[in-house]
Amino acid sequence: MRTIPAAIAVLMLAVLPIAAPWLQFVLTLAIAKGFAALGVAVLLRAGLISIGHAMFFAASAYGVAFLARAGINDLGLLLILSVLAGALAGAVAGSFLVRYRAIFFAMLNLAVSMVFYALCAKLYGVTGGTDGMPVPVPAVFGIVFAEPVFKSVLFYLSLALMVLVGLAVQRYLNSPLGHALSAVNTNEIRLEYLGIPVWAVLLIAYVISAALAGLGGAIAGFAIGRVVPDFAFWTASGHLVLIAVLGGIGGVPGAFIGALFLELLHSAAVTVTDSWNLIVGMTLIIVIMFMPQGVYGLFARKEASSL
Amino acid sequence: MTRPILEAKGLHVAFNGVKAADDVSIAIHDGEFLAIIGPNGSGKTTLLNICTGYIRPRSGSVLLDGHDITRLSPRAIARRGVARAFQIPQLFSAQRVIDNMMLALAATDGLWSAVRPLETATRRDEAKALLDLVGLAGDADRISSALPEGHRKLLDIAVALALKPRLLLLDEPTSGVSALERFPLMEALMSALRQRGITALFVEHDMDVVARYASRVLVWNAGNIMAQGRPDEVFSNAQVRQRVVGVA
Repeated sequence: MRTIPAAIAVLMLAVLPIAAPWLQFVLTLAIAKGFAALGVAVLLRAGLISIGHAMFFAASAYGVAFLARAGINDLGLLLILSVLAGALAGAVAGSFLVRYRAIFFAMLNLAVSMVFYALCAKLYGVTGGTDGMPVPVPAVFGIVFAEPVFKSVLFYLSLALMVLVGLAVQRYLNSPLGHALSAVNTNEIRLEYLGIPVWAVLLIAYVISAALAGLGGAIAGFAIGRVVPDFAFWTASGHLVLIAVLGGIGGVPGAFIGALFLELLHSAAVTVTDSWNLIVGMTLIIVIMFMPQGVYGLFARKEASSL
Repeated sequence: MTRPILEAKGLHVAFNGVKAADDVSIAIHDGEFLAIIGPNGSGKTTLLNICTGYIRPRSGSVLLDGHDITRLSPRAIARRGVARAFQIPQLFSAQRVIDNMMLALAATDGLWSAVRPLETATRRDEAKALLDLVGLAGDADRISSALPEGHRKLLDIAVALALKPRLLLLDEPTSGVSALERFPLMEALMSALRQRGITALFVEHDMDVVARYASRVLVWNAGNIMAQGRPDEVFSNAQVRQRVVGVA
């Protein structure tokens, strides 16, 4: 049964920061990136690679910073509004991007995200330019915690959201809409002849993926305490694709497994060498060559063979 | 004669100067099983493409129940009860056979209200019944790309039937199907069409199938209708026998 290993994994994640407190920040950031990578993975099901989803990640983080500046100081409200901001940005960008396929889709996402990056970096008076904007510690149900306590609350909230949102996304992928999304990758003509509007299937997926990236961005903003234009830089988008591929797009856990794997690998690699990118790059090559289903594929295969 | 369910009037289509339809008008009536025969490249599939909105004629119109559908998309026409099975099966090849069927069934259930999982007991039973009809019940859980070509063809027809159409357009339904399976398939298909009150138009090269199952035959040649009528009338036409059937 899948529930038991998943529950054990979540439980292990929950106790890890108790054993090694320095891991709390790494894990929070990994979960935040996992949400955004899940958004990328949703689109990958339709065969669409977005090299621009860091834009939604950054847009929500900036959204949180602006809302906090405007006086909204409740964590729950800020998270909800940040997801809505991501979804809204996704609806606007997706309304024309979902008309494109393959390299055109990837490049247009990249282009739009780089326009957004440039605006964040250049509009110094509004966004603080490359210095970015602070994301203050918000209240949780009216209680303002000291920063270390808030970071713990944020970690456990992120963990809970990972489970709940993961289940919701799994339900979406199992629905007719989710199956239609996978079908886009294989036969758009048949979908149209079934009376299913391909553009609507893709737009819904795009909005969901942007909202997921937005949720991740808001959590990252709170965890780091600052949002900078680099959140939206194209390498950050590439990083999300890397996580999605590394984890595997065969199931929802893949994105989070990929994010945790990469963040932990990164944390370990930087202690060994300055050329940590070399280690990360070689790991990716190994995964692509020997684990086409990603790291999650290892678990999924083991489960299938044990049936 | 009942009123036409589908009517094409004055169709003109040409590809690089070659006429696929040259002022052609046809009508198919409720309950008919109209066969279109003709040489390869004569424009038969083009007619199906026009009737389903895949290509637009240079001039002329297509009416469904008297309403002009010439400019509508395949999606809009499908939602008006016109389904199509293709010469080259159009399937979701990475998905299981049963998923292909259930997605088609979900499309008719109102996809947007469906927040439930794709796989429900009712939908699975309905899908299995249709697969059983075309002889694919044993392949339900296989990935559709793993099916032999003939079975892919059968699945394509089953998917079209799952849309519960009023009019079914079939492009060479028996091509790729083995000689042994051909007539059982047609018997099952005809039975399903009659039971469900589905009108059908089919393009076919197998004259035995046409002679046995068509209620009317239309002979298409170089973008024109060469002859039409009951199968026995058409097959006794010397010109048709010489040019299309290949018997002098």
